[in-house]
This record gives sequence, C-alpha cells and structure tokens, in this order.
Amino acid sequence: MNVFQRRKLLGWAFIFIPISLILLFYFYPMIEAFKMSLQSGHGANLEYVGLTNYKRLLSDPVFIESLKNTLIFLLFQVPIMIVLAIFFSVILNNKTLKFKGFFRTIVFLPSVTSLVAYSLIFKYIFSNNGILNQLLLSIHAIEQPILWLAHPFWAKFVIILAITWRWTGYNMIFFLSALQNIDQEIYEAADIDGASAIHQFFKITLPLLKPVVLFTSITSTIGTLQLFDETMNITNGGPGNATLTISQYIYNLSFKYTPDFGYAAAVSYAIVILVIFFSIIQMKVGANNEKK
Amino acid sequence: MKKNNLFTYIFLILMSIVFAFPFYFMIVSATNASVDVTKGSLLPGNQLIENFKNLLSQTDMLVALKNSAIIALSQTALALLISSIAGYAFEIYRSKATDFIFNVILTSMMIPFAALMIPLFRLFGKFSAIHPAIGFNSYASAYLPYIATAFLIFYFRQNTKMFQQELLEAGRIDGLSEIGLFIKIYMPTMKNTYAAAAIITFMSAWNNYLWPLVSLQTNEVKTVPLLLSNLGSSYAPDFGLMMIAILVATIPTIAIFFILQKYFVAGMLGAVK
Repeated sequence: MNVFQRRKLLGWAFIFIPISLILLFYFYPMIEAFKMSLQSGHGANLEYVGLTNYKRLLSDPVFIESLKNTLIFLLFQVPIMIVLAIFFSVILNNKTLKFKGFFRTIVFLPSVTSLVAYSLIFKYIFSNNGILNQLLLSIHAIEQPILWLAHPFWAKFVIILAITWRWTGYNMIFFLSALQNIDQEIYEAADIDGASAIHQFFKITLPLLKPVVLFTSITSTIGTLQLFDETMNITNGGPGNATLTISQYIYNLSFKYTPDFGYAAAVSYAIVILVIFFSIIQMKVGANNEKK
Repeated sequence: MKKNNLFTYIFLILMSIVFAFPFYFMIVSATNASVDVTKGSLLPGNQLIENFKNLLSQTDMLVALKNSAIIALSQTALALLISSIAGYAFEIYRSKATDFIFNVILTSMMIPFAALMIPLFRLFGKFSAIHPAIGFNSYASAYLPYIATAFLIFYFRQNTKMFQQELLEAGRIDGLSEIGLFIKIYMPTMKNTYAAAAIITFMSAWNNYLWPLVSLQTNEVKTVPLLLSNLGSSYAPDFGLMMIAILVATIPTIAIFFILQKYFVAGMLGAVK
C-alpha cells in the first residue's frame, strides 16, 4: 500500500465515527419514525395499519389547529423578523453612528438567553395582572387589563413578539457580516451619480444581501416550524389550543395523553413535509431572483 | 444618512429600551419580594439575598447547575473533537466518495427534531438495557444525539478551507504522522475556530429543553431549563425566587458571550461564508 492509499484509508477512519453517529441519531430514527407512522397501537404493541394515521390527520381538528397556528407564526414572524434584522443591520453598519457597539450588543443580547428563561419572563410581563397591564392602566392607555395570554389573538401576538425579540439580533449578525463584505466604492460611485439613500438600499444593498436573506429565512423557517419551548412555557398551548404548535402536539401525543407513537410519528412527518416544502420554495425564489 | 441622525438615535434608543426591558424586569424582580413583583414594582428592592437563600433552600438549583454544567461541557468537548476531525478529513482527504457522503450528511440538517424524538426515546430505552450509563436519565442520554451534527462538521470544513495546507507538507517532512499533523499543527492553528464553535455548542447545550425533558425524568439529573420550567408552571410561584432562578440560569451564557465576544462574531462569519 503506497502513501496515498494509506492517507485515503486514514481519511475514511477519521470520518467513520461521526458518520456512524449521524446515521444512528438522525437517519435511523428518521426511517424508524416513518415505519412507526404506518403503525398503530398503544405502548409496545404496534401493528401495521397502512395509511390510517395519515388519513386521521386530515380529520383531526387539533392537528388542523396546530398546523394553522404554526403556519400563522411562520408567515407573520419570519418576514417581520427578517425585515427588522435587515433594518437594524443597515442602521448599525453606518460608520458615522456613535455607540454602534452598544446598540449592536443590546439587540444581540436576547439571543444568548435560554429559551425557557426568556419565555417565563414574557409570561410574567404579559400575565393578567402583569407589569405591562399595570403600566398601561397607570397611564390610562387602557380601561381594563388586556388578557394577553387568555385571548386567542393576543396570545398568538405575544408568541410572535417573543420570538422576534429573541431572534432578531441573531439574524442581524449575519446581515452585518455580509454588509461589511460589500465594497464601499460602490456606494461612493452611487453618491457621485446622485442616487438617494433609499435608491441605493434597494438597488445595491438588498441585491447583495440576497444570499443571506435566503440563508436566514430558511433557518428561521425550519426553527419556527419546530416551535416548542416558547409556547410550552408562555401559554402551554392555550387558550384552548390557540397557540398549540405541531411540535407540542407531538409531545402531548407521545408523553402527555395515552401514548400513541404511531400517530405522533405521522404528525411529525407533517413537519418533515413542511420543512422540505418551504425550503424548496425559498430556494426556488432565491434562484429565480439570481437569474434576473 | 447624516440628516437622519437625530431620528436614527431616537429610534435606536426606543428600540434599546424594548430589547433591554425584559432584562431590566428580570434583574429588578430578583431583588424584590414576590408580593412586590405582583404589584408591578419596577424599582430595585432589598430582597436579593433573601430570594437567593430561598432559591438554594427550596429548589435543587445547585444540582441542576451541576447537571447542566456536566452535560454542556461533555457535549462541547466531544462535539468539538468529533466534528473537527470530520471537518478536517472531509477537506484534507477529499475524494468524490467523501464529497458525496458529506452532501448526504448535510441533508440531516433538514430533519426536524420532532420527527426524531420518539424513535430516539425508544433507542435510548434499548441503550438502558445495555448499560445504565448510556440509557435514560444518564448524562450521556442528554448529549449523545448532539455530539456529531452536520452543522458543526460543515462549520469546521468551511474553516478548514482557509487553513494553509502547506503547513501539513512541512510537518510530513519533519516526520509527523497523519494523526500527529492533526494534533500538533491543525488544532493549535485553528484555535479561534475551536473557540467560536465551543461558544455556539455550549450555549445550545446549556439551553436545550425538549430532548432533556424527554430523556431526563428523575430529579437527580434534571437540568436548569427543566427546573425553570417546573418553577414556572407551579400554581402559586414565588416570583422573586423565580426571577433570581432565571437570572442565575442566564448568567453563564451572558458571561461567556461577553468574555469571548470577538470569537463569537468571528464564528458566525465562518458559518455564512
């Protein structure tokens, strides 16, 4: 065996352990989940029932509601957050701005807090006799306390607000790093041509940020489709099921109600399908824009 | 831009208040008695030490901190070692076959955790029968699924692209073995990359909630997020105690962030390049 063959063999040896672990902890469970989604029964007594679980999905009002909630969170929260992150990054990339470092840190700081910890803080800020209602009452902005967490609309609003607070700074970092890679001479040339700041933003900055918009919107979409910690700890899925997410429904089906692993696995494949669906759409949109 | 500056500052100050308010609320409430928190006091009180004593006497916070530290440190050390070896090998010993496998591994990033949860639950049930140290309620059960992740392997491979391979040739001439090259040349050269990866991994391990909720069911092994969640769902919570618990849980990640801030930002840059 010559030196190059030996090196090749060593390369395989180096990647053997991680590959085995990824197969064991990601791909094997993925296949198991699919097999389980075709089975039904309680505990260990599962038997194959074909597509029964998937048919049940379509007529399960709780699943439909959790799907609806998850999509509402996704369709409102992700665009709001991405726009806000771009907005912040453009402002905070301005060289002449004072205290930039301070403002950047403030916006970023929420992203190092634990999801459970910040969820509990939001729960108390927005509780019926919580600090926000007391403040609003004291300045006479409202007559009655708003039942933030007990009203289906406001509960969704609080969840969207909470996720936006937690993740905007995280996404801003990606935009800031991309902005810093843009050659300043482009802007100088645009200034000489008399292009306004708004014009420069839409004609220069935004097109150059497109790959990062794609990256952050795909990762945020995947994250929001798996939303669990916040709704579990702020609203516990309530009121009614107004903030129940698909992930929490899977958790309830598996560990809270009488365990039905087969049906829970079928519900989990709904998330798999959604992740693939939205990723393809976003990549298609990204690719089309690239061609223009 | 210049003429907008006043508005920019007003906007930024208002937004800073919004972003900082939950932190302020947490810190101030940690110094107040429960009844003052419910009254909506936004001024610092003198109950900080009392709340802290209650936290230590009424909850298993110290145990939870120890558990979280063991799990987060083990996960970080193992994940860094395994992923850096893989990221290195995928780039340095590159071939068509390894590229193909790398792409297959990347698709695991699209798999949502909810879809893995029940099969993992059953898998660790089987592990319990092999040895309790890797079964349910073991520290290992909380971190094993995260020690090899496509994200971290991808991250190390991206950074290895910037590593100067001539250094390896020089090492080979000096008679270092292939493993020696990795340990004596690659690891020291890439210490910034390791530092950034360590922060990202430690934070996600420290804050992990859903899988520990499933895999760690006994009180002796409960982590900080599990303890917080239990406190938060009780019917008559002591708000002062609650807030100091949240504060204690948040301090480690914020401290790490401030100490290693420059690596953190550098690490994020590596991930998008």
